[in-house]
Amino acid sequence: MDYSQFLNMHDEISLIAVIVILFLADLFLCGEHKSEMASKAMSLLPSGLLLLQTAYIASALICPCGNGIVDAFGGMYHNTPMMTLVKVVLNIGTIIVFLMANNWLKRPENQVKEGEFYLLTLSTLLGMYYMMSSGHFLMFFIGLELASIPMTALIAYTKNNQESAEAAAKYILTALFSSGLLLYGISLIYGTCGTMYFNELACKFDTNNTLQLVALVLFISGIGFKISLVPFHLWTADTYQGAPTTVTGYLSVISKGAAAFVLFTILFKVFQPMIEQWDIIMLWIIIFSITIANIFAVRQNNIKRFMAFSAISQAGYLVLGVMGGTAQGMTSLVYYLFVYMVANLGVFLIINVTEQNSGKINISDYNGFYQTNPKLSFIMTLCLFSLAGIPPFAGFFSKFFIFMAAFNAGFPVLVFIALVNTVISLYYYLLIVKAMYIMKSNEPIALFKSDSYSKIAIVICTLGVVFGGIISCIYGYIDILSNLSYGM
Amino acid sequence: MNFLSLFVLIPLLMLFGLWLAKEQKGIRTVMVVGSSALLALAIALTLKFISDRSGGATAEMLYTASFVWFEPLHISYSVGVDGISVAMLLLSGVIVFTGTFVSWDMCKEYFLWFTLLSMGVFGFFISVDMFMMFMFYEIALIPMYLLIGVWGSGHKEYSAMKLTLMLMGASAFLMLGIFGIFYGAGGQTMNVVDIANHTGGAHIIDFSKQCIWFPFTFIGFGVLGAMFPFHTWSPDGHASAPTAVSMLHAGVLMKLGGYGCFRIAIYLLPEAANELSWIFLILTATGVVYGALSACVQTDLKYLNAYSSVSHCGMVLFAILMLTTTASTGAILQMLSHGLMTALFFAIIGMIYHRAHTRDIRQLNGLMRIVPFLSVGFAIAGLANLGLPGLSGFVAEMTIFVGSFENADTFHRILTIMATTSIVVAAVYILRMIGKILYGVNQNPEHAKIHDAHWEERFAVICLICCIAGIGMAPGWLSELISHSVAPVIDNVKTVGHLISQSNPFM
Repeated sequence: MDYSQFLNMHDEISLIAVIVILFLADLFLCGEHKSEMASKAMSLLPSGLLLLQTAYIASALICPCGNGIVDAFGGMYHNTPMMTLVKVVLNIGTIIVFLMANNWLKRPENQVKEGEFYLLTLSTLLGMYYMMSSGHFLMFFIGLELASIPMTALIAYTKNNQESAEAAAKYILTALFSSGLLLYGISLIYGTCGTMYFNELACKFDTNNTLQLVALVLFISGIGFKISLVPFHLWTADTYQGAPTTVTGYLSVISKGAAAFVLFTILFKVFQPMIEQWDIIMLWIIIFSITIANIFAVRQNNIKRFMAFSAISQAGYLVLGVMGGTAQGMTSLVYYLFVYMVANLGVFLIINVTEQNSGKINISDYNGFYQTNPKLSFIMTLCLFSLAGIPPFAGFFSKFFIFMAAFNAGFPVLVFIALVNTVISLYYYLLIVKAMYIMKSNEPIALFKSDSYSKIAIVICTLGVVFGGIISCIYGYIDILSNLSYGM
Repeated sequence: MNFLSLFVLIPLLMLFGLWLAKEQKGIRTVMVVGSSALLALAIALTLKFISDRSGGATAEMLYTASFVWFEPLHISYSVGVDGISVAMLLLSGVIVFTGTFVSWDMCKEYFLWFTLLSMGVFGFFISVDMFMMFMFYEIALIPMYLLIGVWGSGHKEYSAMKLTLMLMGASAFLMLGIFGIFYGAGGQTMNVVDIANHTGGAHIIDFSKQCIWFPFTFIGFGVLGAMFPFHTWSPDGHASAPTAVSMLHAGVLMKLGGYGCFRIAIYLLPEAANELSWIFLILTATGVVYGALSACVQTDLKYLNAYSSVSHCGMVLFAILMLTTTASTGAILQMLSHGLMTALFFAIIGMIYHRAHTRDIRQLNGLMRIVPFLSVGFAIAGLANLGLPGLSGFVAEMTIFVGSFENADTFHRILTIMATTSIVVAAVYILRMIGKILYGVNQNPEHAKIHDAHWEERFAVICLICCIAGIGMAPGWLSELISHSVAPVIDNVKTVGHLISQSNPFM
């Protein structure tokens, strides 16, 4: 065996290097008696290293050698520039999450396990890397598990908190169940086709083969759980509410985004012959996800629970890009993911700093927030407007483009239903704006100063929300890469 | 950079200036300088446009410029104006300018949203790219929520939410219509002029597709133009909004609807416009009469004016659908005239409300003796509203009805006659109201103490009255400016109209 093949996996190897360095640093820097220096180093190191790693893998995008496609281990591992780009996007999100988590990790009860947070988060990220770059169903499954299991530990991070533990239990049970479904689907595929390599499978599918159709359904169910699409969404609200806010932010964006991307690539690459079947399945899943989640979101008062339903409906919009399996859909999906990430993390950042400083997490607690914290509520408004798709913020552009892609793929009715749903979603996003600006409160959340790490993250998100749409080269660049990988 | 972009750039600079401004004085300076610059720019543009047109510039759109924005999706930043947009820009300039003076005492955040709204409005009128138009349309809508919700009066939260959701719902229809037009024409260009003239890679849109997307586009813009039965956001929204926002909203924002219907629905989907206009004609004619009758029974001054706006804006859409050059010219004139007189009306109602703390017609009496200046302004606004010759309303309505009557068939004539009755009804509600609140005997001792308008209010009112009288006295140059640009659109509709079979049962 040629061990030099490992070196072809630049992205994963560099992430593993980051994990190892952090592990050692954690070993030496963190202990019972941490010095001021060590504490500071521990806050800067993870974000700094991840930033370096992001720069490293992004450099391959700027000057690609050849067509940029890397294969290793006989096709088990398959990486395209598009995948690297998605990894870069996920990395940026993870850096924002790290910045968001910093202040919370410095609390006395969390200090002893500070390093674990970073290690676990990066392990899930590694899992997502492998999931995306897999060329074989086994590899894909290992990546998926690597992304799920550390996630449970993250959700249960504040294990003495009953809600956190409950959330983790719900997550692991449903995750295992969906993994079971997925494995069964994979075994059916192996049984009927005799191979699990993606590039060999495409020609072996037969639309009349019931077993293969069942496999398709099971595959979509398994991955639908990760994206939390209706009807696989039942864990979402409880888990989002119970998990620590930073983990909720991570869960709602990074893990969801990676899974949506993988859904597209596998449907596109492996299930290409069954395109008519999966278009119908996805059509109904999207309609239900968007509509049901929107209706539930209207009545929530806990803001994290509210964001859970908002995230389900946003996931529905995200997978609109899957419809028809076109390069345009791919572009708009990744672009939507990027824009959704900055806007959603922006909202979570503000929820997080508010929770850290005042302990309040209900929408009604935000009454009069504008009077006491005008800047934060203004940024929150921008992010919510972006989520709702109001110009000139980035969300408008991403929604417009993803609808355009689905329309072009031949689903005008679906687009119409999704568009009507944007009005409902605007209603509930405006409820928060209304609470902050219009409602009066006897005891509003007092003015507080957010820590500097959160401030940096908020600035990044605000810049993304304001300029992510107007600057057209972002979309243009994604489009070039996606045509390279998925163009007909 | 094209000089038309200044219409977007100046509000952007104003936003920046407002952000930096510290005290009330600084805020006022920024607003006055900015809105004066916008007005001056609009006037300069009008003069330049007229002189260029008479100098022989015959292109459909003048001063066009285009930069590729989203290359893969064929979206570009394209600007350009024709006579209609010039007239609308002038109107917006006047309303924003006077609106600034009317909202003299408001705070910084209010002006921020106000300026953002103006940016959307100006941007909409200069763009010739469908994506840009849609974007600016939505930019103009969302500030309304906060402007009404925070600074409004009465059931402000309800009204703000209703208005925002209904208009956003309309934009959902609109977005689908835009996709339909874009892909129907080949998916090569978003430029309105290119699609209409089948240049730049666009081809003729199939007749069947046109018939699907025309209702979407027309309803999408029609809701903003207060088309019956989707007008219900408008009375509530106007009644709850602060004065200057009502002005801007009724004066300019509702014109986005009429303009969009004309520029996108009729211009780009001419065959469907011929085929389906009868459905919308019935709706708009109903709206015209319904609005006027509803206005008769209102007791709140703002509701009265809002319903009268529904009637007058309905007339704009009605005239556009008549598909004759004269009627469409009248429609654009009506947009101008209605914009100015409603703005004046809302401004004065706001000033009265601010002083008397009531807008109830039953409680206001004999204001002519107490506040003569406001009362005279009020009377002028009322007379313009009911179409007194010499003021702008008369010119516009005359043109509309003459143009509508050019259609020789029974169906159009009956509807025209129906719509004409609204003029009589308008006289009823306006004269009754004026008689009641201006000339009765004042019974409330509190009202005897109120004072007349301040200088900035007088300034705004006089500006608006001058414009209304100006259009009323000398409409020639304006209608020439407009009809020159309306003609190509209507000719286009007429030529295709003769080609397709007349399957309409009413024709």
